[in-house]
Amino acid sequence: MVDGTSVPIGVTAPRSKAGRKTTMQKFAQRRSTTGFLLCLPLILLIACFVIYPAFYAIYLSMLNKKMTAFVGLGNFEFLLKRHTFQLVIFQSCLFAITSVVLKALLGFTLAHLMHNIPGKNQKIWRGLLLVPWVIPLALSTLTWWWMFDPSYSAFNWVLNQFGFANVPWLGVGWIARFCTIAVNVWFGTPFFMIMYLAALKSVPEQLYEAAAIDGAHGIQKLIFVTLPMMRNIIAITVLFSLITTFADFDIVRILTAGGPQDMTHVFATYAFQVGIQSGDIPLGAADSLFMFPILAFAAFFVLRGVTQRTKEIAA
Amino acid sequence: MAEVSVRKVVKEYDGGVQAVKGIDLDIADHEFVVLVGPSGCGKSTTLRMIAGLEEITSGEIWIDGDVVNDVPPRDRDIAMVFQNYALYPHMSVFDNMAFGLKLRKFPKDEIKRRVDEAARILDIVPLLDRKPRALSGGQRQRVAMGRAIVRNPKVFLFDEPLSNLDAKLRVQMRTEIKKVHQTVRTTTVYVTHDQIEAMTLADRVVVMNHGVIEQVGTPNDLYHHPATRFVAGFIGSPAMNFMPCRVQDGANGGLDVRVSDSIIVPIPPARVDRYGKFKGKNMVLGLRPEHLFEYHEQGKPGWSRVEMLVDVVEPMGMETMVHYFVDGAPICARVDPATHAAPGEMMPLTADLNQMHLMEPDTGKVV
Repeated sequence: MVDGTSVPIGVTAPRSKAGRKTTMQKFAQRRSTTGFLLCLPLILLIACFVIYPAFYAIYLSMLNKKMTAFVGLGNFEFLLKRHTFQLVIFQSCLFAITSVVLKALLGFTLAHLMHNIPGKNQKIWRGLLLVPWVIPLALSTLTWWWMFDPSYSAFNWVLNQFGFANVPWLGVGWIARFCTIAVNVWFGTPFFMIMYLAALKSVPEQLYEAAAIDGAHGIQKLIFVTLPMMRNIIAITVLFSLITTFADFDIVRILTAGGPQDMTHVFATYAFQVGIQSGDIPLGAADSLFMFPILAFAAFFVLRGVTQRTKEIAA
Repeated sequence: MAEVSVRKVVKEYDGGVQAVKGIDLDIADHEFVVLVGPSGCGKSTTLRMIAGLEEITSGEIWIDGDVVNDVPPRDRDIAMVFQNYALYPHMSVFDNMAFGLKLRKFPKDEIKRRVDEAARILDIVPLLDRKPRALSGGQRQRVAMGRAIVRNPKVFLFDEPLSNLDAKLRVQMRTEIKKVHQTVRTTTVYVTHDQIEAMTLADRVVVMNHGVIEQVGTPNDLYHHPATRFVAGFIGSPAMNFMPCRVQDGANGGLDVRVSDSIIVPIPPARVDRYGKFKGKNMVLGLRPEHLFEYHEQGKPGWSRVEMLVDVVEPMGMETMVHYFVDGAPICARVDPATHAAPGEMMPLTADLNQMHLMEPDTGKVV
C-alpha cells in the first residue's frame, strides 16, 4: 500500500464516516428495489392503458348524457330496466357460454385426433387447422357475411341445389344468433385445439400404460387420466376464451350489427351503439362495465381452482 | 399366480431394427426372474411385450397356460411397477392403490381391506391420504409396489424400479422387494441393468445382449460358470479380467497358458483334458479379481509367482483393488487391505487357476 501499511485479506478495515451507507443507498441496493425498478416500465404501461381507462370508464358511467352532472348508479338502473339491455345480457351470456363450450369440445376432439396422427402429417393438419385463427377476424367475418347473404350466398346456393328454399341466415333472430356463435366457434376452436394438444403431449405416456395395466379402457383413460391431468389447462383456456368471447365485437358488428331487432347484440356492440353511435358515452361506459362482475366472478373461481390443483399435483 | 412362457418372440421396429431376436424363456410359478443386460439389449422391450404394452412382431407369449399375444394389458391380469413410479398425481395414495380394483368393480369393503393390507406390508399406512407429490422417492416406489400388490395379479412386472433412487435407498428397497416376494410369492419378472440387483434378487437371472439371451441360470451358475465372455464380463463387480493368451505344452505332459513373455502359468491338471484341444491356439484367459492374490511365501504350493508393476491402488476398507496392465490390457486384483502395494512399484502376484476361464476369441464362448 502507498502509506506502507497493510491489511490482511478478508479483514475489513474499520468503517470511516464517509463510507457509511445512507438509508437511500441501502434502499437502492435491496433486491426488491431492483425488482421493482425492472418492473416499473410495465407497471407504467398497465397504469396508463389499463388502470386509468378502467377508472375513467367507472367515472364516465356515473355522469349524465351531457357529461355535466354526477348521476351515481342512475345509468346502471336505467339500463337494467330496458328490455333491449335485458336482451343484451341474455345474448351475451348465450353467445359466450355456448361458444366457449362448443370451442372447448371441438378443440378437445380435434386435439385428440391430432395427437394420434403420426409425426409429419400431424404438422400439416395442425397448420391447416390453425388457419382460421391466424386470418384477421374482421376479414374472415366479412367472408362469412357474404356466405350468409340471403340472395347470393354460398350456403343458400348449396341448399337450392338440393331443392331447399333460401334461409335468411342473418335476418331471423335465433338463426342469426346461431350464425354469430358458429363464426365465433370457427374462429376460436384452433386456439383450444393447440392448447389442448400441448397439454395432451405433456401427459406422461407411462400414466396411460399404468392405467391400461390397472384395467382402464379408452374412455376410462380419458376420464381418469387425461381430463384430470389437463384440468388446469382446460380451466385457463376456458377462462381466457370466456373473457375474449364476452368482449367480442368484430363478429357481431360485421355480421348483424346487433340485429335483427337487437337480438344479437352483445355488451361490446351495444356499448358501441349507445356510446359512440348515439352519443351517450356514459351509458355506453355503464353498459361495458356490466361485463366486469361476471368475468371477475368466473376468474376468481377458475384461478382459485388452478392454484389449488397446482399445489396438489406439481411434483 | 402363473407360469410365463416366451416362445421365439421377435420385436422388430419400423425400419427393420430388431430389438428382440427370437428369444425363448420359461418362467415357473412363484419364480423371481431378473432380466439383466446393458442398455438397448432388449430386456425392457421383452418385459413390455409380456405386459402387452408393446406388440409382438412374431412368436408367442403364454401366461397361465393361455396365449396372450392379442390380449390387451388390462385383461392379462398382470401388475407392473415402472421406473418413474407412474403414480397418478391427482389421486391420493389410497386412490392410486385402489384404482385398479375400482375399475374392476370390487366392493368398497374389499378394496379398503386389500389397500390396508398392502399398506401394512409396505409400511405406508400413514401415507394413505397424501398425494404423490408429498412423498419421497422411496415412498413413491412403495406406493407403486402397493398398487401392484393389491390387485393380487398372476404376474408382477418390474421395469428398473430402483433406478431413480439413491444408492442407500436402492439397497433398502431391494431388500423390501425380496421380502415382499417372499410374502406374496407371485411370479415376478424384474428388469434391471444393475447386475448386483439381479444377483441379489433373482431365483434365476436371464442375461441379455443385442436382443438375444446369452445365458439363463441361478446367480451362482452365472458367476461361476458363465457361458460367454459377455456374461463373464457383465456379472461380477469389479468385472472379470480378460487377457489374450496362448495354450502351449507345459512341464510333465501338462499345459501352460502363455499370457506374455514373462507370464507363463501352468493349467491345473484337472483342466488339462478340457483345454488340450486348444493347444497352440490363441485364446482369452478370464480371471476374476478375487482370484488374484498377493504372493506370500506361505502361499499355496504350486501357485506361480508373477511380478507386476502396480498402476493404481484403491483401498476400500474391507479390501483393496490394485490395478495393473498386462500387454496393454487392464487387470484388477482384489487383495488384502493390509497390502503394501504402491503405484509404480513391483508387486508379487499369484492366481487361483482352478477358477480360470478360457474363451474363444472370435465367438466369445467359454470352453
